[in-house]
Amino acid sequence: MKLWEFTGHELLEKLAHQEITQEEILCALDKRREEVEPKVKAFVRIEKAPAPLDSPGPGAGFPGLPIAIKDNICIKNRPATCASRILEGFKPPYDATVIQKLKNAGFSIYGQTNMDEFAFGSSCENSCYFPTRNPWNLECVPGGSSGGSAAAVACGEAIWALGSDTGGSIRQPASFCGVVGLKPTYGRVSRYGLIAFASSLDQIGPFTRDIEDCSVLLKVIAGHDPKDSTSANLPVPDFLLSLGKDIKGIKIAVPKEYFSLSENMALEGITQEVNQAIGEAIEQLKKLGAKVQEVSLPHTEYAVSVYYILATAEASSNLARFDGVQYGLRAGAGSAEGADNLIQMYKRTRQAGFGSEAKRRIMLGTYVLSHGYYEAYYLRALKVRALIANDFANVFKDFDCIITPTSPTPAFKLGEKIQNPLAMYLSDIYTISINLAGLPALSIPCGFSSGGLPIGLQIIARSFDEEMLFRVAHCYEAHTSWHKMRPKI
Amino acid sequence: MLSKNDVARVAHLARIDLTEDELKLFARQLESIVQFIDKLKELDVSSIRPASHTPALKNVLRPDTIKDSLSKEAVLENAPKSLKGHFLVPKVIE
Amino acid sequence: MEYEAVIGLEVHAQLKTRTKAFCGCLTEFGAPANTQACPVCLGFPGSLPVFNEKALEYGMRAALALHCQVQGFTKFDRKNYFYPDLPKNYQISQYGLPLASGGFLEIEIAGAKKRIGIIRAHLEEDAGKLIHEEDNSLVDYNRAGVPLLEIVSAPEIYSPDEAYEYLASLKAILKYLEVCDCDMEKGSLRCDANVSLRMPGAKELGIKAELKNMNSFKAVRDALNYELKRQKEVLESGGSMRQETRLWDESAGKTRPMRSKEEAMDYRYFPEPDLPPFVLSDEEIKTIRAGLPELPAALKQRFISQYGLNSYDAGVLTSEKPLAEFFEACLRLYPRAKAVCNWISGPLSYELNSRNAGIESLKLEPEMLVRLIKLVDEGALSNLAAKALLTEMLNSGRPADELMQEKDLAQVSDRKALDELLDKVIADNPGSVRDYNSGKANALMFLLGQAMRLSKGRANPKLIGEMLKKKL
Repeated sequence: MKLWEFTGHELLEKLAHQEITQEEILCALDKRREEVEPKVKAFVRIEKAPAPLDSPGPGAGFPGLPIAIKDNICIKNRPATCASRILEGFKPPYDATVIQKLKNAGFSIYGQTNMDEFAFGSSCENSCYFPTRNPWNLECVPGGSSGGSAAAVACGEAIWALGSDTGGSIRQPASFCGVVGLKPTYGRVSRYGLIAFASSLDQIGPFTRDIEDCSVLLKVIAGHDPKDSTSANLPVPDFLLSLGKDIKGIKIAVPKEYFSLSENMALEGITQEVNQAIGEAIEQLKKLGAKVQEVSLPHTEYAVSVYYILATAEASSNLARFDGVQYGLRAGAGSAEGADNLIQMYKRTRQAGFGSEAKRRIMLGTYVLSHGYYEAYYLRALKVRALIANDFANVFKDFDCIITPTSPTPAFKLGEKIQNPLAMYLSDIYTISINLAGLPALSIPCGFSSGGLPIGLQIIARSFDEEMLFRVAHCYEAHTSWHKMRPKI
Repeated sequence: MLSKNDVARVAHLARIDLTEDELKLFARQLESIVQFIDKLKELDVSSIRPASHTPALKNVLRPDTIKDSLSKEAVLENAPKSLKGHFLVPKVIE
Repeated sequence: MEYEAVIGLEVHAQLKTRTKAFCGCLTEFGAPANTQACPVCLGFPGSLPVFNEKALEYGMRAALALHCQVQGFTKFDRKNYFYPDLPKNYQISQYGLPLASGGFLEIEIAGAKKRIGIIRAHLEEDAGKLIHEEDNSLVDYNRAGVPLLEIVSAPEIYSPDEAYEYLASLKAILKYLEVCDCDMEKGSLRCDANVSLRMPGAKELGIKAELKNMNSFKAVRDALNYELKRQKEVLESGGSMRQETRLWDESAGKTRPMRSKEEAMDYRYFPEPDLPPFVLSDEEIKTIRAGLPELPAALKQRFISQYGLNSYDAGVLTSEKPLAEFFEACLRLYPRAKAVCNWISGPLSYELNSRNAGIESLKLEPEMLVRLIKLVDEGALSNLAAKALLTEMLNSGRPADELMQEKDLAQVSDRKALDELLDKVIADNPGSVRDYNSGKANALMFLLGQAMRLSKGRANPKLIGEMLKKKL
């Protein structure tokens, strides 16, 4: 086994026993990257000398261990572009709180990963740099928006990585790339330094190759941050204690709007192979002692609408600051004169700086907030959001977790959905509600399509009960070997 | 129905220059998205309180204590144009 | 035709916190451009706001003092519009659920009291400052993110003089509460005015103009006077008003329409997702209310009834809270209200005005003023000399006795010394002595004046008056 094939906790153990050195890890990753990066294109920026950049403090648990970071998380004095031309040349003068925490723990920041521009997308095709490809099949997308982080971890270019999830941007690419991806509870991880897409939905979370790494990484980045008013002031449990437990008697709900428990009755839109893989995973969980029962989340059909109203409205406002005044791209005012001069500078900068999907979402968000439409769309969406959250609360009165497919399909082909925004939006149908309700959820590999593409199982728990996610997922992982599969590339 | 004029009005609000082709494309695409999200109108939400924030969070405040500002250089370092310690923009006419 | 003027004022009061509304940058006036800014107030990507607890407290104090209902549930919204002084191209403000609403302010106009309604008071962040040059504009974000309380009056102000009184009363209250410096020159108090005319008795409001760019209370009054005259002329010549924003040009003494194209603003307000709401319990509101100081109108009334002051003197003494406190501190040491009042509203106020300073910035302790007044009352110091001494005391911060010795200003009541002094005056002015003796009473005044001059103002005037008459 090559060094890049090991997980983070395995490498830490080897380092602790002085079987390997940190230089050897970096060297192995470099070599792996040289082999596969030209094909996968997961990174938008690589640190040339990925030495431990910041001397870890005493007791730092992760001496020099490299980690890849999505390009929308600020690292002091390094570019952060959100894969958008409009942030060309921008170097934040500060570290995101998660970066500060990683540095304190001894991590070295190894490279920044590709994404859909401003996290707008589900395929990593909306990047101003290049599309990232799925390591399992280079014709396919890695998912998005955190496609670069997912692909890098899947093909061994990174041990682990951080992404962000607003409507599925961690879980869906994790599912497409056959890795573990976690969206923590809203408020569990500080958003300070995450370039906002939709402030009320965004969370930073880890990509790893197994559940133990996921729990280890969450422990590092989680916790109350006085710089983020939406950060929860709650203690962070020792997630490792949730691992290795059985799941006998755990009550699992399967919402009928997401998945049909009756055999050969796949829901519309879900592929037969996904249906089968999820069905088998549920059988496995039953075998392990879980009690599985069908439930209803009656407002599921409204989730995509609510999401695209709220997320684009917030985005239209969050992205207003990209105007050519303080940082990033700036276009000239052209031939405009007088009072039009400034307005033209704004308009041309934003025309040149934003890609097509960003423009589309800013337009939609502006529209739903504009005079005469606020109540019909935005306010109504806020109310339906409350109904959706309430659906989940009702289920969690009687159940410990909920299980669904992460995505109705395995990875699709590049170009397949890029011309049809609505079809692309619908690929997030199983992940979106979880952000609307603020709940924690993870995606774990649970099978493959006949074409050799990974399939992911989504586990959802109560707010701030990531321990339940880890407990169920770790138990499942211990009795399956999907997470050990590596793409042949 | 979203007209090209509606799209142009929104584009002006959002301060984005759109080409004629983009105007047409967005009018069509936004129209289909708006039709889709119109689904929400099926629901009677008159008695529902809007969920603008996570219910558990409230009264988050910081003490009135001083934190270091950035240096002037750091403030302006990313500026596309600056002059005499200020950001420079096309003339604003009041 | 006599039209009726209707005015509403929107006042932005800068809350006197040490740091900005949502970050730890200083709020000091006059710092070099862009030196009080950080990722948060610059709206750098990824930064997040956290609200300053003092700004909330000060906002509540002001709202309660203006008799507003403070809401138990309040939140921030985003007001979206593009402007280069707005770092994020949205302003964090309050729209749907403002901090407070439904209050009033009492003013005194021509001796009568009048209540002006306060529609709402809400918290928001300030924008940066634009400096216009020939071809470009420069932006300084030092002010961006400074906490403001916007106080919106009802359209119940019916003349420029009432507007002036409203502002003066509001300023006095905010200063008493110690929540705002109220310095219009430094921009810590700003005022926009909505003004329109209507037929007397009409219910509907006329079409209004919004006036901006007024940098003093006087400018507000002048701009309103000008604008009312202008509107009257337009209406009387058969024209019609159009709703517009007009800028006051101080040097020209005119308002002019803004040159930028006016478009119907669509601010696309929505709840600020980065800031959770505030739930203010009745207990908290009660605690803040209980901590409010005695406000100027009430204090003035008390000074009149408790100390027998006239309305004018009471008004002067309560114009600034520190002055009123100084007055009462003096009274605790020396309860002769009339004398203390005369010294404070007279010579001391004169000194403060000429120094353009408040009592709190001077090195004058109540003990020091009281000692000075006592010296006069005991006859040890003449009034004239005491006034000169007060100037010295304020300059040096030293006590009266010490300065009196040093400057040799003690009043001379020693009969032998005065005897000699008067002999010299009589000897030097034989003509006036003759005049007096031939019945010209004025001559006595002249001779006394000479005596005072010769004694450098130190001679006890009462004593030399008696002694001189005897000698002649």
